[in-house]
Amino acid sequence: MTANPQVRISVTGGGSGTGIASLINGTIQIANASREMSAEEIAEAKKNGITPVRFTVALDAIAVVVNRNNPVSSLTLQQISDMYAGKTGRWSDIGGEDRPVVLLSRESNSGTYVYFLEQVIRRGGAKSKLLFSPATLLMPSSEGISNEVTQNPNAVGYDGLGYVTPEQKVIAVARTAAGPWVLPSAATVFDASYPVSRPLYMYTAGEPSGEVKRYLDWIRGPAGQALVTTLGFVPLAEARQ
Amino acid sequence: MRRPRLSEFAVETLIKALGFSTIGFVLLIFLFLLREGMPIFFQVPSGNLFGPRWYPTFGIFGTLPLILGSILVTLLAIVIALPLGVATAVFVREVAPRWAREVLKPVIEVLAGIPSVVLGFFGMTFVAPLVRDVLHAPTGLTAFTGSFILAYMALPTIISVADDALDSVPKSYRDAGLAMGATRWQTIWRVIIPAGRSGILTAVMLGMGRAIGETMAVMMVTGNAAVMPDSLLALFRPVRTMTATVAAEMGEVARGSTHYHALFGIGIILFVLTFLINLAAASAIFQRRRKGGLR
Repeated sequence: MTANPQVRISVTGGGSGTGIASLINGTIQIANASREMSAEEIAEAKKNGITPVRFTVALDAIAVVVNRNNPVSSLTLQQISDMYAGKTGRWSDIGGEDRPVVLLSRESNSGTYVYFLEQVIRRGGAKSKLLFSPATLLMPSSEGISNEVTQNPNAVGYDGLGYVTPEQKVIAVARTAAGPWVLPSAATVFDASYPVSRPLYMYTAGEPSGEVKRYLDWIRGPAGQALVTTLGFVPLAEARQ
Repeated sequence: MRRPRLSEFAVETLIKALGFSTIGFVLLIFLFLLREGMPIFFQVPSGNLFGPRWYPTFGIFGTLPLILGSILVTLLAIVIALPLGVATAVFVREVAPRWAREVLKPVIEVLAGIPSVVLGFFGMTFVAPLVRDVLHAPTGLTAFTGSFILAYMALPTIISVADDALDSVPKSYRDAGLAMGATRWQTIWRVIIPAGRSGILTAVMLGMGRAIGETMAVMMVTGNAAVMPDSLLALFRPVRTMTATVAAEMGEVARGSTHYHALFGIGIILFVLTFLINLAAASAIFQRRRKGGLR
């Protein structure tokens, strides 16, 4: 904005669903989303005369975090799935202390919630009907998750790598019980060895032009991608070369 | 003489129009709520709508855990706040010396002005860890934590209304009690509180109305897990209230979707509950007026 004082950008918060709903209603030009728009959403947008166009702007790892005093430091995808589906009631079932498991999640309006459900709890199976355990605590913000994980030794949470603070312990995740157990980082997301990563999108209302196009070019270019790295997300492949 | 009359007429009409417009706005909001919320009662079979599971993203709209969650948190808040509130009102009105009363009353009113998000943050960072450590609960984000914060928020309302109720008990009652040889405590407990009980009931109803509609603080400290409260232990487990559900999910829903109507449907249920509580409070006030503040 300092470089282009004639352009004004307003940013509104909320989850991916919030942005996509606003895009469909035609109130905004760009919607940030951590999940893809569903077929119904695209149909609804088209009904309103808006063709959403998808741009990938960064990559993100979903980190599974626990309290620093929790001895558990690595889990398989299946163990995480069982835990969040409510099948694992105590930490001792998966090699931890004899404590109850307290599950934390973001609210259901977050793209992270949908992604985690589909890719981790359901393990990507289209037919799976598994859901988050009803006992899962739905926190309205990332702050709520990090606060509870920091102070509660029973808690386990998940969030984008960019939101993880040093007061939490990040779990190394493996695809199968045979390993390898991988910690999320820019490098492990990039070489796809960390199993829970996803692209982050910006949806525009129609093919971008003018200032919107310049903005997207900037964020996908070297300057924007450098910022992506600073914020703890993983830059796009093109920008790394 | 004509000019003042004309301006008086204008002012009168303006005030009248403003007064009626308030009623108009309330009616319009109510109609809007009905229009957006009623479809859910036809779109979703009532077995689903009042079922025990709330997964709105997957077409499961069981509002029962939310309704019970709200009621649980509100009732417990009143159980905590009622004795404290009445005791404070008795102290301020009957026991405290004049100077203490002059200090206490404004301080209590300031309590009412603390923003709920501040109390919520206090609850999240201070009360919740305490609840977990002391009660050995899996997490401190529980119905009890929410009730505790809500009780604190309902206290100023309860104290000031109960205080007014005690104030309206005639001085002759106190004199009669003391003249009969009753101690001060016996007079308060046996005479003054029973005489002011309908006012105290009003205080409870208003406090309840405040508690059931509170959103922000509750959302921050109750954990928001839509579990059915099935035993007394549920008091020390997370719950999800109706208000927190609407606040957390309304930003996301696509306009006109089933989920959208479901959230307004929750609004209608909440409206009906609050309306009943206020009606009960109003009838208590009415009875008190009819009996001239006695009994």
